[in-house]
Amino acid sequence: MDFKFTDGQLMLQKTAAEFAEKYIEPRAEEIDRTGEFPKDIFTEMGKVGFSGIGTPVEYGGSGGNDIDKVLVVTEIAKKDASCAAILSIHTIFASVLNKFGTEEQKKKYLPETTNGGALGAFALTEPNAGSDAGSAKTTAILDEETGEYVLNGTKCFISGGGQAKNLLIFALTDPSKGTKGLSCILVEKGTPGFSVGKIEEKMGIHGSETVELIFDNCRVPKENLVGKEGQGFKIAMTALDGARIGVAAQALGIAERALEESVKYMKERVQFGKPIAALQGLQWYIADMATKIECAKWMIYRAAWLKVSGQPYSKEAAIAKYNASETATFVTNLALQIHGGYGYMKDYPLERMYRDAKITEIYEGTSEIHKVVISRSVLK
Amino acid sequence: MRAKVNQTINLNDYNNVWVIAEQNNGKIAPVTIELIGEGRKLANVLSKELMVIVAGYNMKEEVENLLHYNVDKAVYIESALLKDFSTDGYVKVFADLILERKPEIVLVGASSIGRDIGPRLAARVGTGLTADCTKLEIDENDHKLLSTRPAFGGNLMATIVCPKNRPQMSTVRPGVMEKAQYTDQPTGELEIVKPDLKQEDIRTTLEKIIVEDGKKVNLVDAKIVVSGGRGLKTAEGFSMIQELADCLGGEVGSSRACVDAGWIDASHQIGQTGTTVRPDLYIACGISGAIQHLAGMSESKYIVAINKDPKAPIFDICDYGIVGDLNKVIPSMIEYLQGKK
Amino acid sequence: MNIIVCVKQVPNTNEVKINKETGTLIREGVESIINPDDKNAIEAALVLKEQVGAKVTLLSMGPPQAKAALKEGLAMGADEAYLLSDRAFGGSDTWATATIIAAAIEKIGNYDVIFCGRQAIDGDTAQVGPEVAEFLGIPQVTYAKDVKLDGEDILVTRYTENADFLIRVKTPCLLTAIKELNDPRFPTVAKIIEVYDEQKDNIQVLTFADIDVDPTQIGLKGSPTNVFRSFVPVKEKHSEFIEGSNENEKAKVLMEKLAALKLI
Repeated sequence: MDFKFTDGQLMLQKTAAEFAEKYIEPRAEEIDRTGEFPKDIFTEMGKVGFSGIGTPVEYGGSGGNDIDKVLVVTEIAKKDASCAAILSIHTIFASVLNKFGTEEQKKKYLPETTNGGALGAFALTEPNAGSDAGSAKTTAILDEETGEYVLNGTKCFISGGGQAKNLLIFALTDPSKGTKGLSCILVEKGTPGFSVGKIEEKMGIHGSETVELIFDNCRVPKENLVGKEGQGFKIAMTALDGARIGVAAQALGIAERALEESVKYMKERVQFGKPIAALQGLQWYIADMATKIECAKWMIYRAAWLKVSGQPYSKEAAIAKYNASETATFVTNLALQIHGGYGYMKDYPLERMYRDAKITEIYEGTSEIHKVVISRSVLK
Repeated sequence: MRAKVNQTINLNDYNNVWVIAEQNNGKIAPVTIELIGEGRKLANVLSKELMVIVAGYNMKEEVENLLHYNVDKAVYIESALLKDFSTDGYVKVFADLILERKPEIVLVGASSIGRDIGPRLAARVGTGLTADCTKLEIDENDHKLLSTRPAFGGNLMATIVCPKNRPQMSTVRPGVMEKAQYTDQPTGELEIVKPDLKQEDIRTTLEKIIVEDGKKVNLVDAKIVVSGGRGLKTAEGFSMIQELADCLGGEVGSSRACVDAGWIDASHQIGQTGTTVRPDLYIACGISGAIQHLAGMSESKYIVAINKDPKAPIFDICDYGIVGDLNKVIPSMIEYLQGKK
Repeated sequence: MNIIVCVKQVPNTNEVKINKETGTLIREGVESIINPDDKNAIEAALVLKEQVGAKVTLLSMGPPQAKAALKEGLAMGADEAYLLSDRAFGGSDTWATATIIAAAIEKIGNYDVIFCGRQAIDGDTAQVGPEVAEFLGIPQVTYAKDVKLDGEDILVTRYTENADFLIRVKTPCLLTAIKELNDPRFPTVAKIIEVYDEQKDNIQVLTFADIDVDPTQIGLKGSPTNVFRSFVPVKEKHSEFIEGSNENEKAKVLMEKLAALKLI
């Protein structure tokens, strides 16, 4: 066994930490307050190559793998969960295109995706197809005469959908086949018939915009089909397996920061004539937080390692995501409690982290869906 | 031929304490008077003479004025080529004089200019140099110079010696040593030296001197920070804070409350949601000391708190506290500083 | 154009703690970093590289672990790196260090600009740069806050406490960088992956035998200065209320105390 990172991975982690401290931390409070997409940060993440992790250098990417991605997303999440979510979701777009796209598609879309120029998005969820992704109703019917797919339907809760230049839309090319008729189609922003609907107001991750997408006879060339017709469900599930590791990394970052803040505060804050770190009740909170974080961390690393080394990782990714997200809400809850009244105020980042942590239990599959995935895999 | 150290030399050939003066635009810099004050003490212990060496042009009066600070001799190296600062020009004339006259100790101000020529000078004449000293003493036993300086960001103090080479050279931090007293009656003599310096010895050209007007807020690097809090009551209170900061050569900080109240720009905010500072001296005026504020300044070396409320938490972490009306305390502090000038 | 950048690996002094009993540094667990001013020096070299296609060579002296700092510099975009590492170099003061570095630069040869950081955060001497320039016999401009190429010359804006000097200097020359000079870049992910490839040994180690240096001028024995003693500065926390009959009196007492501490 070997529990060691390479020097390169440690350097990457350090770079991400310094990057986040410089570009993200000073903006986190403002991003949360205004809810504006931090385009400048997205651009900088492209320049330094975070957006290109996992995409081969020949397509303008950075190379690297899911372990590298976990390290970077975690460090960014420590400073701002919104930015971590933006990066994590964006890289799903790149990884799907890299795995399933044609050579022409990769050459056309990957460079701008990885260099910070164009945000990518991934649209699967619909009003009546959340955890039950198979009930998607959006259609993409091929018009044989023009050689175009015609998209109709509505997607909802799509992260970055309004800001994205390129979007992967999951739609039924053959509605008679159910999930077997689901396909993945790339739609560019500005295509006639495609519009952005409601912009959601969320509890947390305010900087990661969540929107409704409306397709009304939206026509795209058939060359925009990613993978084969009917391959959509497989593509979506493959993408979600990877995305789970990303969400777990976000959760880990939030939890680690909450612990750091708590330790700092407990040493500074004096009550009853001594720092509150001397109080055993609070010491035990710290022990619980540290223990859960340690578990979460190694599960995530292992899931990423399984993926990188080409082994099955679906169950481990689900366990890692389920556990890390519950850890994040547990830890931020205690951290806020340790901060007392100050924790409830916006002067400290705790209340933001508490709100941000919650989404990790919900998106890219709820905890409950993960329990289904895990139990199915254990009971088989 | 490059100079070397550890050559066999007779230490007794080296005598006297030299101060290399710093001048800006023909005016002697304050650090020079500090070095004279300190150099005098060292010279007295050693029973040697104290000399101040000035390189410049058209500033004879300024150099003569140095004779009022109890020096045994002022040497004025005069040349039109020394009017403006150049590393090459200044190092050459000082090095030539050191090699010729063999001083025992040479002190240079640790300003950005002194720290430019100091090492080059030491390398030219073949001796060691101790940087940015805050304390100088003479070893009672063997009369060598003990130069003490902070290292590792002030976490450690180190006393450095230069046992086998001469002169013993140190750059000395400005503002630390006590200035020499001005005496009405000049002492010592003025010697004017015409250096062996040619235009081609100077390999750089000073094209322009740029004086910046607008001053930027630089809280992070400030050695002194004067901060105002809610106790100021009004935005006008900050003009008093600014005046005190100006007198001290420090920067103005603020608690969050004042920024929120619009009394001062957010760039001045110190604390959890503002800048974190660790100056040598932090003066908190009318700041109660909420934990958010303490998070940004508790690492300061010395903390002074001025507050009406004797129970204010800021007093728990301060070194010196004044319980009183800051509208009376601060003007008195300003008055004290202006009186000293 | 060939640029050599001198780089020092230093402990992050913000994290340094002192063992109060022994008066020594507790280095365990303290992260080693590229000296901050040296990062500005690397950045300045990389900017010139982008402008005129220079080759950027990094040079450091230290134990084998100092390779980490050079790797980081390579990941930022430098082309090659040398580490001076030999027991004979141990204990060197600034004179001895500059002697070794100057000898290494002469060995590397063919340089136009040497960049150094103004000073290292562990020693804070700011002496090695100017001493190297002296030993190489080339002009120097220290405290550079702006560097521009102007034909064959370099125009350097040099900080002083009173005003900035715009200085013209010809190559070869040595420049020392301050924080205001630039904003050092982050290494890109692709560069990190390339430079940290475990198969690659991209740091060339130079030992005493590799450079032409006089052994009487280097190491602990060759150093003209020695540490006589070191100690932990004592800071007494007074938490003292200044007494006085009125505010004016209290203010005066306070100012005198601050003056006695040389704080004002």
